[in-house]
Amino acid sequence: MIEESKKAEEKIPYWQVFYDDIMLLFFLSAAITFISFTVWGLMEIGNTPVMPDYTF
Amino acid sequence: MAITSPERLWWKQPVCGQEKLWISIALVWCIFITAIMPYWHFFGKQNPSQEYYRVSPVKYGAIVDKFTAKHKVGEEAGIPVVDPPPGDIFIAGSQFVWHPILKLKSGRTYRLHLSSTDMVHGFSVYPMNMNFMAVPDMDYVLTIQPDKAGEFFIICNEFCGGGHHTMTGKIIVS
Amino acid sequence: MEDFRVCPATGLKVHKPAELLIKINAVTAIVFILIGGLMALLLALTKIPAIHLLPSDLFYRFLTLHGIAMLVAWIIFFEAAILYFTSAVLLNCRLAAVKVAWLAYGLMLGGALMAAVEILIGNADCMFTSYPPLQAHHLYYLGVILFAVGAILVCCVFFGTLAVAKHEKTYEGSLPLVTFGAAAAAIIAIVTLAHGAIIFVPTWLWALGVIQHIDAPAYRLIFWGFGHSSQQINVCAMVAVWYLIAAVTVGAKPVNQRVCRTAFVLYILFIDIASEHHILVDPGFSAAHKAWNTGYFMHLAVLASMIHALAVPSAIEIALRKKGHTQGYFEWLKKAPWGNPSFSAMVWSIAGFGFLGGITGVTFGTEQINIIAHNTWRITGHFHSTVVAGTTMSFMGLTYIVLPLIFRKEVAFPKLAKFQPHVFGVGIWTMAIFMMFSGSFGMPRRHWDITFSDAAFSIPFDQTAMMALHIFGVGAIIAVIGGGMFVLVSVATLLIGKDIK
Repeated sequence: MIEESKKAEEKIPYWQVFYDDIMLLFFLSAAITFISFTVWGLMEIGNTPVMPDYTF
Repeated sequence: MAITSPERLWWKQPVCGQEKLWISIALVWCIFITAIMPYWHFFGKQNPSQEYYRVSPVKYGAIVDKFTAKHKVGEEAGIPVVDPPPGDIFIAGSQFVWHPILKLKSGRTYRLHLSSTDMVHGFSVYPMNMNFMAVPDMDYVLTIQPDKAGEFFIICNEFCGGGHHTMTGKIIVS
Repeated sequence: MEDFRVCPATGLKVHKPAELLIKINAVTAIVFILIGGLMALLLALTKIPAIHLLPSDLFYRFLTLHGIAMLVAWIIFFEAAILYFTSAVLLNCRLAAVKVAWLAYGLMLGGALMAAVEILIGNADCMFTSYPPLQAHHLYYLGVILFAVGAILVCCVFFGTLAVAKHEKTYEGSLPLVTFGAAAAAIIAIVTLAHGAIIFVPTWLWALGVIQHIDAPAYRLIFWGFGHSSQQINVCAMVAVWYLIAAVTVGAKPVNQRVCRTAFVLYILFIDIASEHHILVDPGFSAAHKAWNTGYFMHLAVLASMIHALAVPSAIEIALRKKGHTQGYFEWLKKAPWGNPSFSAMVWSIAGFGFLGGITGVTFGTEQINIIAHNTWRITGHFHSTVVAGTTMSFMGLTYIVLPLIFRKEVAFPKLAKFQPHVFGVGIWTMAIFMMFSGSFGMPRRHWDITFSDAAFSIPFDQTAMMALHIFGVGAIIAVIGGGMFVLVSVATLLIGKDIK
């Protein structure tokens, strides 16, 4: 009995709290996608050099 | 059950050996397939090109026309045929044709410029089955070295309007 | 508490307004799969060289409609039903903001119909991707935008319901695994739909003439942040449905919550960047951008799929062994409830998504291999494996659970229902495999005439590839029959099914 009540009081592990935090997961998901895919991609398109002139 | 809340401290439930083994195998496999791409990039002989420039469709069209006029040697199916020396060569996707037809020499190195004068087109070489995108506003430079003589067809494999299925072109390698 | 009824089978408290919303969204989804399926039949009959049914303009028009009706309308309406079910029903909770949920439904329906009508009257022959400078009528883009706004509202109602349930303490501790999976889908949905809004609003203004130019490479980048990621919503929803069906049909318990939830967290964090797969042979992006976004992080999402691929079947095996099917390695498999269409649809879905869709997806997602697969029919075969053999199949399985549980009707034509997943499965597998097969010869996607009879050069496709087109056609027709059986059983259940007390 003592052990059981101890278990009930035991602190919830850090990772479990993280997994239960839907909003935090949402912000991380948005941040990773936008930084790694979208913003980086737009920067690359924006930094594309202009085609040199070709004369024939 | 998956449809009810789990026990309070589900994080502490130990993972059984079989699951650990499976996850380890999968993880190693994922690292392996991740490593292939950079490996191939540095040691492989066939990678997507990294060379590209900004160009308006109008300007690209004008460059291709000038290139065609300079090296034109004939016409086939109403499409001009060009026989350029090794170096910069140009091809454009326009509704609904790939032009000009290029005559290339086997074993020589060319810088093939690929773009579109209107819509987004798909550049697909048959029968080798090599596929790249021809995107307006962008000049895509593919450094190529033909290694087989023969006639190669170009298909458009991105929908570009009502006549999309009639859009073809040709590269002749001698 | 007159807004609630207690489900006699499960003891769950069901919020009646939520139940009504689940019903209306599911029924609308089935109407759209009927439209999309009809288009599929006409398209397949055109693709078979010996029949070549439609003229080219109608082919492209119906192909566009097929994409919108299936990829967007059928799947997202059904997902709205899933989100309401996994939040309100599984958490014994009232649905937050019922009026907003109805507004969302109205926007989605209005948007989908607006887009569909624009396509049918010939104002939007632009395919699902609508790459500029190819321009559709501005009302088409507006329709897509309205639909996306509605879908965002659905996700907001879902998150609101999770908050209400937590506040009113209708559950203890963590969310059930299935609800957690649905939350993963909703998170991905919002990130996805944000990309949709970022690109479709300027494109709409461009069609109206307000903006002069849409940059083609930038459109392709952001569009795929929407177009590909929206299929990741389906992946999450589908996996959540696997756990749900396994729990309901055989009483399977997740072997380890930590492992299963980690897999969903990996999806949430890393799966969206797989949008890169569409721009691997595009100009404008460096090899670093391509390799990073298809490399290690994305493969962590692949790892997640591998984890689910073990976790779901092993949970089923354990549950069936507990029921006494313990002889040898495979008695449990033999004694599994194959006659239950929910169960068999789930098995087809797991196998189809994993072996056909997942493996081809990871392969084609390699930068260099993509050169020989990009925009060929291989790609079409790949996403028919993931979205149809995977997601659609699992949603069909869920329908057979929802009909008695939420609609409180006995499934009509039970014998037909029993065979339905097998017919659909055989059809869609045959179809997808032979799409990929002919694609590997370089056969292009979105193409009306593979014989190139009107083209400058008629390209002599390999006879094996042409042969494969006919086998594809047979598979497609079987799949359409399987899909028709699904619609028939569902509609008949609604109209003439016996009420369950």
